[in-house]
Parts: sequence; structure tokens; C-alpha cells
Amino acid sequence: MTLQIVTANLLSDGHVVYLDGDGAWSNWIESGKTAKTEAAAKKLMGAAELDVVDGVIVDPYLIEVARTGDAISAVEYREHLRANGPSIHPHFGYQAERPEK
Amino acid sequence: MYRYDEFDRTLVEERVLQFRGQVARRLSGELNEDEFRPLRLMNGLYAQLHAYMLRVAIPYGTLSSRQMRALAAISRKYDKGYGHFTTRQNIQFNWPDLEDVPEILHDLAEVEMHAIQTSGNCIRNITADPYAGAAIDEIADSRVYAEILRQWSTLHPEFSFLPRKFKFAVSASETDRAIVRFHDVGVILKRNAAGEEGFEVLVGGGQGRTPMVAVTIRDFLPKEHLLSYVEAVLRVYNELGRRDNMNKARIKILVHQIGAEKFAALTEDEWQYTRESELHLPDSEIKRIRGYFAPPAYQDLPDASDALENALEASGAFARWHRSNVAEHRQSGYAIASISLKPIGGIPGDASAAQMDGIAAIAQELSFDEIRVTHEQNIVLAHVRKDDLFDLWSRLGPLELATPNLSLITDVICCPGMDYCGLATARSVPISQQISERFSDLDRQHNIGALDLNISGCINACGHHHAGHIGILGVNKRGEEFYQVTLGGHQGYDASIGKIIGPAFSSGDIVDAVEDIVMIYLDQRQDGEQFLDTYRRVGSLPFKEKLYDVA
Repeated sequence: MTLQIVTANLLSDGHVVYLDGDGAWSNWIESGKTAKTEAAAKKLMGAAELDVVDGVIVDPYLIEVARTGDAISAVEYREHLRANGPSIHPHFGYQAERPEK
Repeated sequence: MYRYDEFDRTLVEERVLQFRGQVARRLSGELNEDEFRPLRLMNGLYAQLHAYMLRVAIPYGTLSSRQMRALAAISRKYDKGYGHFTTRQNIQFNWPDLEDVPEILHDLAEVEMHAIQTSGNCIRNITADPYAGAAIDEIADSRVYAEILRQWSTLHPEFSFLPRKFKFAVSASETDRAIVRFHDVGVILKRNAAGEEGFEVLVGGGQGRTPMVAVTIRDFLPKEHLLSYVEAVLRVYNELGRRDNMNKARIKILVHQIGAEKFAALTEDEWQYTRESELHLPDSEIKRIRGYFAPPAYQDLPDASDALENALEASGAFARWHRSNVAEHRQSGYAIASISLKPIGGIPGDASAAQMDGIAAIAQELSFDEIRVTHEQNIVLAHVRKDDLFDLWSRLGPLELATPNLSLITDVICCPGMDYCGLATARSVPISQQISERFSDLDRQHNIGALDLNISGCINACGHHHAGHIGILGVNKRGEEFYQVTLGGHQGYDASIGKIIGPAFSSGDIVDAVEDIVMIYLDQRQDGEQFLDTYRRVGSLPFKEKLYDVA
């Protein structure tokens, strides 16, 4: 299976988030907890569905990611845009406030 | 301009209160997303890629300066200081927080605006000619009938859950500026041989996955029957339109499947039940609504303006703007001025809060406090004294609103595409920006002449690519953005649908392909021809040969 992480949008502002290793939702794709197996992916989705019920996020789904060294990036360009904000307004996405690593 | 009466005010205020409660219940967990989604969509609130998006209706594209200022204020207070004007004469805000939306709707209601029926399977914002009331070739102000249709269709209980969304457009001129043939229903005001006014009624037009040009089902409908007749059209569609397949649910599919004659006959049958109902539209009611659209208090002016002539002589830049962005007005001494929202390399249809405020101030002083938004994503100041045109233009420059490109190749119609939209299959705006940069030379643009270049980021065709002389559709091909080209689309009364020229181009090749198409046109055109004329004469072959190296 390919490497996958769970993404969703926050209920409060619709912003793109990723489920991280602590079960929290991060704005940054590289914080996403990866699943290498179907079972692991299912487990991540199960956790996400609980947060749907709790009204934290909406519409969670799995996306394919690629790992290069420590970095994780989206495979599909749609997901690349979600992770990086609108390419025509790079200053408007929350990504513009990304902290220096 | 139309002003809300007590009914309008009450229903809009009640809707704000209702939605405030619905949002509170969603945030408290009382409603889940499946329950909330249809409620938010009924109030124009979409979930897009990066955030929520609120679509606000601008009925028949007309705004007062006060309303434009309110839109600017909303964009500053709740969004990121800009708005996007759409191809349906609406405005979209791309970044509202859910909890702020009831406040935004409240602020809109204060200036007689709302987001009702900007989404969902109902009758959407009624659009009209942006030159209404000013056009030299019009029979009457199309907004009078658009407003009558708005009142009839607003929260219409029978048509709140149609098979699919439903779009009306109204035209009342010899020239179509409302793309009536690409709407579910288009009505065109005309005069018969006896000099009486009535409507030609068209049904079944639309773009999207299955583009169709609307067909006439009634040549001349006396005005008094407008509402009873379109009610019958909607009833037939509501009953027979498909509900099992979203892609086949629009009225165009029904009309296509049963045929226009059959559809017309069914409408006539149904009309017998509605014809003498409360939907009868007496002259007194038309007159009452017409009162809201009375011509402004024009000055008695000679048609020629020395001030204008002198300015045209003195400033080449002004003359270039005047050449493309100013149209004739029915009133002597006045002109219609278009403000392009298509700066070279910019985002089609976007306006900053400062620009919106600037337009409001200029309209207040120079155009009787009235602003129009066009389906081509530009702004129109409909009633400007010719004496004031230079002043107007001088004030547009500092606002970066003086781009002299109306109807030229850089005046691109473009949807938001995948940069924002959850439905898109590819980005559209970056392609429009590159094309705009490539053709930025104004002399070259004028040499090319009138050319509609329209771009959509998916098959839903919000960027009207089917109606573009050159149409571009963004598709996802094996995980990459590709762009399919259509040629020969056209949006007038003699509308046509563009034909696919061949395999799609990569994002790296599409701008060169557009340039090739333009070069072939310039090479093939004869005296007096515009792009569409040449294409219709020579056909697609010369373009194919150049684009795909086939002989």
C-alpha cells in the first residue's frame, strides 16, 4: 500500500488540517501521521470519525503522500494546493504564517 | 433602484435569525454536517478547498454605492480584504469563519442584500443586461422584469427542491448582453407588429457537462402572462425533470429528450391552470416596479462634449481606454463606462476592498449612485456624463482599475478553478494570468480585435468556456493539469457552442497553443473580420494543422 495520511477541514473556519501522531489536528502536512497498511489507515480514519462526531472537523479522508527524507508531501496536485494554499494568493492561506522550522 | 418593501425586509431579517440559530446548533453539536449542509447551502455558504465561501446575490447585477461599500466593509471585517465577482453577477467571499456568517448576513440585510438562493436546487439569482436602462438598443429596462421574476421566485415553496439548480436571464435589447441562450430559461422582451411588448421565451440552455443552446418555445408572450407562463414551465420541469441522476437533472436534458415541441405543448397544458391565477401580471404592477427603475435625473446636454473631445486629443492613454471601455448611452450627452476587473496578469473578477470603496465613491459622484456587475466579471457605471469621462478615468488609474481591455483577448472570463473550488479538476486563474501577460501589448490586442477567451477549471463550466470564441477547460489527465481547447463558441442571440479542437495541452503548452490559434486567425482573416467570423468561414482545419502538425 502507498503511504497515507488523514486530512479534513476544521468545522470552525474550514481550514485544511491533518491528523498527527498525538491524535490532534495540525495545519501542516508534514505533521500527518502516516499509515503504511490498510489496518493502520483504517485506525486513523476511525480516530478522525470520532472528531467528526465531536464537531471538530468535517469530511475526513485519506490521501496519498510521498516521503523524501523527513519531509512529507502530497502526491495529487489538488492535495498539494490544499496543503500550500491557493497558488494565486499565497499570502492568504494560513500557510503564509508557517513557522520557521 | 429597487428598494426593499416590508415583505423583502421581513423575510431577509427572518432568514438571518433562522440561520443564526442553525449555526449555533451546528457549533454546539446539535446538528451534524449532513443535517447542516443543506441549511448552509440555502444561505449561500459553501465548503471549499481551504475555507468556507459565502456567495452573495446581486440581483440583476445592480448595486448602490452604499451596498458596494458594505461589501468592502464585510471583506475587511470578516474576510481578507477582497471579493470575487462571478459570472452569475454575484460576489464571493473566500475566507469567512462559520461563526461570523450570521453577522455577515446581518450586515448584508442592513443594506438590503442577502445570500438566499445562491446555492441549492432552486431558482438562482436572476440576471439581466448590465447596460439595462442605459443601452441605446433596448426596448425597456430588463431589470423591471428581472425584479418581478425575483419577487415571484424568492422562497417559492413549490420550487425550493427542484431536480437541479435553475437559472433565469432577462434581456430587452437588440443585442444580447445577458447570454439568455445559455440559461435554463431566457426571456427576451420584444415588440410585435402591432407595437405591443411581449416576451420570447427560451428554455433548455446551459453550459456544464452537456452544453446546449436554449430553444424558443414561445415567440411572443404578452407581458401580463410572464409569471403564469414561467410557473407552468417550472411545473413541467419539476414534475418530469430527472431526479435519479444529477448529471441529467437540468431542464436542458428534459427538453432535449422529449423535444422542444413536446415541452412547449406540456407547458401550454399546464398554463391553463396558472394563466388566470394570482400570477396574472397587470400593467399596474409592472408600472409600480418600473417606478423603482425610473431613469435618473439626467441633465439636458448636447450629445457632443467639448471636454471629452479635448481630453481624447490630449491624452493617448485616455483615448485608448475610451476606445474599448466606453459604450453609447440612450441619453444625449451621457455614456456607459466599463471598469475592467482584468488587469494584465491579475485575477479576473477580483476586487480589493479599496477598489470597491473607490468604485462606490466614483459611482456616487459620477453615475447617479449606481453600479452594475457583469457576467463577464467587470463593473459598469451606466450613466456617466461625457463631460466627466476623463475625470472618471483619471480616478480609476490610482485604483488600478483603468485597464483598457474590454472585450479584448485579455478580458478573460475565468472561474476560480482549483485554487479555491472544491469541484475543480485543474487551476484556471494561473492560465488566464499567463495569457493576459502574453498578450499584454495593447496595440496587438486591438489588432486581434474582439475576442472572448473563457476558461473553466472543470466541466461545470462556471468560466463559460463553451461560449468562448476560444474556450479552455482544465482537466486532470493522469494526475496532471491539462487544458482542452474549444473554438467557435459564442454568447449572443445567435449563440453557438465551441467545438473541441483536439487533444488537450499541458499547462506548459497551453499559452503557446492560444498564441498559435491567434496567429492562424490573423493569417487567415479577411478585411473587417473578427475572430469568430474567420473561424466560422474557414472552420477548424487550419487551426488543427498548426496545433497538431497534421496536414
